[in-house]
Amino acid sequence: MSLMRSFLLLLSLAASLLATPALAQSDAATLRPLINELAKGKYSETEKQIGALVATGDPQVAPALEALSDGDLYARKADGEVFIIKKAGKAYTLIDPLTMETAGEASKREIKKIKVNNSLRRVIRSALGSLTLMAPDPAVRMAAAEAIFKAKDPDGIEALDAAIAAEADDGVRKKMEEARAAAVLNSDMDEAAKLQAVSTLGTMGNRDALSRLIAVQSSSEGALREAATTEITKIEKSIAAWDAAQNIWYGLSLGSVLLLAAIGLAITFGVMGVINMAHGEMVMIGAYVTFVVQEFIRSSAPGLFEYSLFIALPLAFLTSGLVGVAIERGVIRWLYGRPLETLLATWGISLVLQQAVRSIFGPTNREVGNPDWMSGAFEIGQMTITYNRMWIIVFAMLVFAGLMLVLKKTPFGLYTRAVTQNRRMAASMGIRTPWIDALTFGLGSGIAGIAGVALSQIDNVSPNLGQGYIIDSFMVVVFGGVGNLWGTLVGAMTLGVVNKFLEPYAGAVLGKIFVLVFIILFIQKRPRGLFALKGRAVEA
Amino acid sequence: MKKTFAKLALAGLMASTIAGGAFAEDDTIKVGILHSLSGTMAISETTLKDAMLMLIEEQNKKGGLLGKKLEAVVVDPASDWPLFAEKARELIEVNGVDAVFGCWTSVSRKSVLPVFEELNSLLFYPVQYEGEESQRNVFYTGAAPNQQAIPAVDYLMNEEGVERWVLAGTDYVYPRTTNKILEAYLKSKGVADEDIMINYTPFGHSDWQTIVSDIKTFGSAGKKTAVVSTINGDANVPFYKELGNAGIKAEDIPVVAFSVGEEELAGLDTAPLVGHLAAWNYFQSADTEANAEFIDAWHAYIGDDNRVTNDPMEAHFIGFNMWVEAVEKAGTTDPDAVIDAIVGVSVPNLTGGYSAMMPNHHITKPVLIGEIQDDGQFETVWETSGLVVGDAWSDYLEGSKDLISDWRAPLSCGNFNTVTGKCGGSGS
Repeated sequence: MSLMRSFLLLLSLAASLLATPALAQSDAATLRPLINELAKGKYSETEKQIGALVATGDPQVAPALEALSDGDLYARKADGEVFIIKKAGKAYTLIDPLTMETAGEASKREIKKIKVNNSLRRVIRSALGSLTLMAPDPAVRMAAAEAIFKAKDPDGIEALDAAIAAEADDGVRKKMEEARAAAVLNSDMDEAAKLQAVSTLGTMGNRDALSRLIAVQSSSEGALREAATTEITKIEKSIAAWDAAQNIWYGLSLGSVLLLAAIGLAITFGVMGVINMAHGEMVMIGAYVTFVVQEFIRSSAPGLFEYSLFIALPLAFLTSGLVGVAIERGVIRWLYGRPLETLLATWGISLVLQQAVRSIFGPTNREVGNPDWMSGAFEIGQMTITYNRMWIIVFAMLVFAGLMLVLKKTPFGLYTRAVTQNRRMAASMGIRTPWIDALTFGLGSGIAGIAGVALSQIDNVSPNLGQGYIIDSFMVVVFGGVGNLWGTLVGAMTLGVVNKFLEPYAGAVLGKIFVLVFIILFIQKRPRGLFALKGRAVEA
Repeated sequence: MKKTFAKLALAGLMASTIAGGAFAEDDTIKVGILHSLSGTMAISETTLKDAMLMLIEEQNKKGGLLGKKLEAVVVDPASDWPLFAEKARELIEVNGVDAVFGCWTSVSRKSVLPVFEELNSLLFYPVQYEGEESQRNVFYTGAAPNQQAIPAVDYLMNEEGVERWVLAGTDYVYPRTTNKILEAYLKSKGVADEDIMINYTPFGHSDWQTIVSDIKTFGSAGKKTAVVSTINGDANVPFYKELGNAGIKAEDIPVVAFSVGEEELAGLDTAPLVGHLAAWNYFQSADTEANAEFIDAWHAYIGDDNRVTNDPMEAHFIGFNMWVEAVEKAGTTDPDAVIDAIVGVSVPNLTGGYSAMMPNHHITKPVLIGEIQDDGQFETVWETSGLVVGDAWSDYLEGSKDLISDWRAPLSCGNFNTVTGKCGGSGS
């Protein structure tokens, strides 16, 4: 069967290949004026022209329509001829939309862009759908089927029938059948065909199918309405289950952002006991390092852009870490044991750092691009998982594990723990406590810096970046238990998930308030947080 | 517009006056500039300060005003609302300025209103706002809701066939009032309750996953859906990023924003935003002679060809020129004379027409709907056929629809109730 199909496909491909040159010669003369018409009149007239082009059924018009949709189709002011434009700096290259041959250059003043809006783009998308159903590339056929599904245009049924018969790829065929079902439900075909379509959509079982079925339910009667209702209940049930899973995922993702922001503070505040209000600014510095790295890459080595984050990570760690060490050596070490003064001094430092960044980089947001592997999403069942969130969760876990290793398995970690547990005894054993203080503070700040690299992917890079996270960070550390990294992890994840489960019911604003109230009550009950330190370290 | 407790406590310590050479000779006319140069609002307001300095410099090149040179007095209210009132008082009482150009957030404007009333001076306010206010000493050169929000909704309804609406905003006075007006307007157009979803988020909200997925669910009810966004400043970047990542395209669910302009887009990777909409009264892409001149002058002044222009800058351009013309007409900078002279003054705007000051101290403007392009500019896809008169009191809200404002001689009232025939109806 499938052999037969592929054979048929090959045959039709060969036929179309053979036919194209012949068509080109005979049709160029008739198509060209039609394409030129696109440049005339308002949106409604452009829409009619698109219809006329599609009515020719000639795949040759596809590039012109695609260019129109992308905003790359221009008309030459002198003679009204329409061209696809390739921009390279200030030069505009004219490309003939039918032959795809270069037809000279033009300056910006000589050409006029053909305006396009969202509704035109939708028309083009569905039009391209029916034109590219037979394209050799399965991805293009898939996109075509999806476009028809969205447009649910009954005129597409015939083309779909032909395409389904010739389709070799199971995934694409399924999509085409779904598109056909959507189109059938929108047509005036008989009830049997429609019932069949309803069950196809029912098996599809996602939100898109649900939205079609709801439309059917409200516009039909009798058996069809009943069938639609049954399918709707079925889909809604499965979606509800997936929604809970999705909420947990959102919670973990928010939790990992909180964890990243707070984990550096868990060291400076949790382990060292320094109330560091400038912690958010360390995060901000890390984000600006990412920006600088990306700017450098854009101007001198564009090929490395995909790796920009990896390059930025060590640099952000070093920069924020050095700033941290400088703050410790310059200010904080004179204030140990005086928490209120430390608070005010670091607060001042945070404002100074903010204004410094504002003076150097300007007050406006800076653009930090997402590498390709950080963009987009994929679906598991009815759940959409965006890549940037997924990588941030992974990254937060790696940072946590790394930090754990450093504190538990390295000599430096041992010294740090010794100094924080009993400073005098550690000093007697020959540990240079001032150096350990500076390095520990540097480590906490450096971790904040690499958190900044990750946060630059989902938030604004502006001088105010850090402010948004400072309160949340303290909340996480206090809630999790001061002085305990595991507490920070569990605290961040709990707050994230609780927040996300509250948000759909209470709204974002109230949700946040509820979480704060919850923490206050919790601290009343357990003043030392989730994972309280026990033993002599507490009294020290 | 974000206000953290940090700001409150330390703004007083940090705020430093950058007053440029006050107490100069008497042969200058002083103009106050009251925009935040530090703190969270610096992101938007610093540009307006520069734009004002440029306008004043250009006016001086043309010979000044009434034979005197103009002198700018710049102060920094540091994004701290009470400090706005203090700095306004300082400008008027200590520096003796004749007019002030400034404020961005509604709360900063509300905080300086009593000062301008008490000391009888002039404020030109350049930002789109929620309306429901008309004050004798204030000139609103930004858009009122009927000059931005309502036409945008009309566009979506008529051109895109939208039937289901998400009104998403940041939780403060401008989005709340605007959404109240929009909700009333949509209902008057026959939109059912269940087809409107209203959502508020805190300032600087950065985790949009739940809301974007809610919008996706809301949009899958078989009707064409659009988002009307009054989300403010910083929170927009993560919002659009999340939309893009979740695969919501402008063709499926368009977002029309009232607070996203060229300046905001400058810090953004615009690829996922292409096709989303914004409603303003000016776009940098406006293809007119006056606009090209303005952009050239701006680039020359700021020394950077990549800097963009935006709607509030145009509002200052219009407001400043109106003030200059009114002062020339009155022959004096006396506030009372200028207030009388300025109504009816008409100056060229940058989109190829004239804007006039109306008796309610709002101005006439064209309304443009633009689509975001990949270069961070907007392309106008629709505009009103004529100019729209700014309406201080919305016609769609109970308690405000009977109010009118007319500051000309016999009436001289900012909230005249046409039903009771008395000045001082409900409202401010």
